[in-house]
Amino acid sequence: MPLAKRIIPCLDVDNGRVVKGVRFVEIRDAGDPVEIARRYDEEGADEITFLDITASSDDRETMVHVVEAVAETVFIPLTVGGGIREIKDIRRMLNAGADKVAINTAAVFNPDFVSEASDKVGSQCIVVAIDAKRVSTTDAEPRWEIFTHGGRKPTGLDAVEWAREMTRRGAGEILLTSMDRDGTQQGFDLELTRSISDAVPVPVIASGGVGTLQHLVDGVTTGKADAVLAASIFHFGVYSIGEAKQYMAAHGVDVRST
Amino acid sequence: MARQTVAVIDYGMGNLRSVLKALEHVADTQARILLTADPKQIANADRIVFPGQGAARDCMRALRSTQIDAVVRDTLQSKPFLGVCMGLQVLMSFSEENEGTELLGILPGNVQRFPERFHEQRLKVPHMGWNNVYQVRPHPLFKDIHDGSYFYFVHSYYVVPEDPTLTVGVTEYGVRFTSAIARDNLFAIQCHPEKSSHAGLQLLKNFINWDGQS
Repeated sequence: MPLAKRIIPCLDVDNGRVVKGVRFVEIRDAGDPVEIARRYDEEGADEITFLDITASSDDRETMVHVVEAVAETVFIPLTVGGGIREIKDIRRMLNAGADKVAINTAAVFNPDFVSEASDKVGSQCIVVAIDAKRVSTTDAEPRWEIFTHGGRKPTGLDAVEWAREMTRRGAGEILLTSMDRDGTQQGFDLELTRSISDAVPVPVIASGGVGTLQHLVDGVTTGKADAVLAASIFHFGVYSIGEAKQYMAAHGVDVRST
Repeated sequence: MARQTVAVIDYGMGNLRSVLKALEHVADTQARILLTADPKQIANADRIVFPGQGAARDCMRALRSTQIDAVVRDTLQSKPFLGVCMGLQVLMSFSEENEGTELLGILPGNVQRFPERFHEQRLKVPHMGWNNVYQVRPHPLFKDIHDGSYFYFVHSYYVVPEDPTLTVGVTEYGVRFTSAIARDNLFAIQCHPEKSSHAGLQLLKNFINWDGQS
């Protein structure tokens, strides 16, 4: 099956500006989401995910304008996460030009929201973001739980069971982040990725911990992820999307050539 | 030559902003792109884009209640016509979706769901992501697009035309399926050219320049 494994750069957007220092040499404005997204598209990104980290909900309208502006010049799938709590948030983002929205905390507090959302706009637009943390001791059967508030609050929900439940409710895709690995650059939690990917009938995007190109390969081979998401290795100019694709292709992974 | 008009048919199924923006992007000053549900405007347009999203039954319901089904049949007589995603599927006769749905029946053939398994491997459905479109015969809409170029797909069902000679593009996902169909002034494709970066934009550009001859 030649369906390509996707590489997805993730951009954190605060009040309409990309944060976490994206370093493109020839870019004029390192904080401009449009310019950065266009650059990633040219490099061969298969999709772009925007994470709205704006603190105040009053400023969320800014994100709508960001999506509108990006969707006018970048013609690849766009996903928006962060602050998606109501159907009207979803509709606003889709109408602005997003293809999918990622629901995270709202799904934990109100699972019916996922059912309602997929019913209203279609499963293909609904990504459920899962933040999981390993809770088992090393010698026991591995187990992960869903955490909220940036990995600080446990919910008691089993991650694999939760992923199944979300797809039963209509999630069209799972964006899986290992809270143990996020920011460590030590690679994905492959056991977690594989467990979730095996458990659900929909695509799984692995996230959290990418530090090398081999980590991306491991995510899809050992982890059986359908897509890999990374932020810092691309933003800081360590590797380009093109280099990532070349490396993956050289290691037997089907990627989209551009 | 006067500036031509491209009508993007809006029958309330899904978000058409991306289709509109992508067409505007490639048309530049060459054509005016109109998002419309008005039968008169559609009838007066030089070319028609027929998108679609969502479930087969909802699409058919929307087409009938807006009477766009009749407009589609009319415009298909003569004008360059581009079906996209569900805009391809609803042209067929019958879909397995929603316990069986009668479609427009413009192209004889069925719409089937992807199998859950392929040999030993489980197949994730929807078929979501970038996949190759192999050009089984040349077509003006494939101009300057490499054979096997990647396009972006999101769908759980695929078309099986009765007449295999209508197939111009195929894609493999568990099964080898028809991803593009052409007949006279009609071209319809399963993927989303408006989300398929350069290859997709090229196809849309080719459509705007197409004289409707295959």
